[in-house]
Amino acid sequence: MSDVYVLGVDMIKFGRFPDRTVPNIGAEAALMALDDAGLGIKDMQAMYCGNLGQANAMVGQRILQEIGQTGIPVVNCANACATGATAFREAWMSIKAGMYDVVLAVGVEQMGKGLLGTGGAGDGIPKEGLLGSGTMPCIFAEAGMEHASKYGTTFEQFAKISVKNHHHSTLNPKAMYQIETPLDDVMNAEMISYPNTKLMCSVNVDGSAAAVLVSEKKAKQLGMARAIKVRASALASDPYTDRDLVMPDVNACTRIAAKQAYEQAGLGAEDINLVELHDCFATAEMLHYENLGLCKDGDAGKMIDEGHVELGGKIPVNVSGGLLSKGHPLGATGIANIYEVCTHLRGEAGARQVEGAKIGMTHVIGLGTACAIHILEKT
Amino acid sequence: MSENKTVLPAVDYLIIPEKGNPYLEGHQCEACDAIYIGERSVCSKCFARDKISKIKLNNSGVLYSYSIVYRSFPGIDVPYISALVDLDGGGTIKGNLIKVDPSPENIEFGMKVKVVYEDALGRKDADGNSYLSYFFEPA
Repeated sequence: MSDVYVLGVDMIKFGRFPDRTVPNIGAEAALMALDDAGLGIKDMQAMYCGNLGQANAMVGQRILQEIGQTGIPVVNCANACATGATAFREAWMSIKAGMYDVVLAVGVEQMGKGLLGTGGAGDGIPKEGLLGSGTMPCIFAEAGMEHASKYGTTFEQFAKISVKNHHHSTLNPKAMYQIETPLDDVMNAEMISYPNTKLMCSVNVDGSAAAVLVSEKKAKQLGMARAIKVRASALASDPYTDRDLVMPDVNACTRIAAKQAYEQAGLGAEDINLVELHDCFATAEMLHYENLGLCKDGDAGKMIDEGHVELGGKIPVNVSGGLLSKGHPLGATGIANIYEVCTHLRGEAGARQVEGAKIGMTHVIGLGTACAIHILEKT
Repeated sequence: MSENKTVLPAVDYLIIPEKGNPYLEGHQCEACDAIYIGERSVCSKCFARDKISKIKLNNSGVLYSYSIVYRSFPGIDVPYISALVDLDGGGTIKGNLIKVDPSPENIEFGMKVKVVYEDALGRKDADGNSYLSYFFEPA
């Protein structure tokens, strides 16, 4: 099976574009990725498109209607917050399978403002606030409090994650926000669902990101100078665990995907130079230090207290600003993470560059549950 | 629309028997003992088919995790404690923890709670029916 390379990758600056359409936002990133690869839409043999909000509305084809209709196969995917990474992985698999040599993956989302979650009326009466809460800030707060129960993790430690990621995003011109948020500001911001304050919740934004994936043969033909090798691509769903169906278990699923990704790459956590992981809430990031093996179980609080996960630390996490500050356009996030890691591996990340980065990891998790992990390597 | 005075269960796993007290119902796999909330025919833990039978869940348990919700959907009273409770004898359920001041100092992981059955915060459906729900209280 051929190795697969990312030849072109880019994302638009995340923001709010209520006057644009989903395909229009996606088309912009697609063109940027094609330019980055030095290729055109006529060179693409297939397209995988990730979008959640219009999952039944042929977003991939409508992107091609804006940038070039060549009759290639298009597959639209939806996989909660793992949607973009799933589209990328499908593209990777199609090249692995030997079907194609050059494939386009696009992730795009246009979000409203406000609270995400479930708990509407359904049958009978609304259950929100009657049988607990189905809002996302609460579900991820409950997951964080499980960690607090086991290891004594504090509100302040969770809040420090948000301070870090907002700081990182001041160095990222493509992030939604470039604003420092000192610890007091984070802890005293409006409490949404304890321990997650408003500044500890990811930002709903519009955005898109895209990548051109190629086979090894094609990469050699076109030039390897900026190509990034996909060392591993893993996707897992939630295995049976005792509480999963009542309290979504984001840990078990991440651990399965991480184990597979490390095995596929023949690498360990100690080989990874930077990680973009799914900080949909500050409480979530804490869990994934352990789930991804960046530290031992129970040591996540120390990772943030001792600065290991900051830019300049032992294993910088979310130097893009993460979902907390770069923003979280659901279907785009997975490919935006891949853009971030590739940018560091290419040595093109400017002020936030992780010096000497050779291998990076991306992680997303979509509730319901899907976890996608990629390991990428500088060539 | 006729006046309907029947009290309905807020969720299908809350059973209101004709005689006796309301209770929560679980579904247990006879092959591996996994307990589910809600009816099903296949066990997602051990994959056994047609081995699931109804069980009466206990009204006592311990607090496993929680969050204090300050921002919810429009029209929902806040703050309240969203709690996950491991019931004695098996099964985890989610609900509101009441009769506790909603601040972290007053909530302890592992605290003993009991399940109580009360009106569903005055919520009625489009036909005017009242609902019975369940809550957790410190035991």
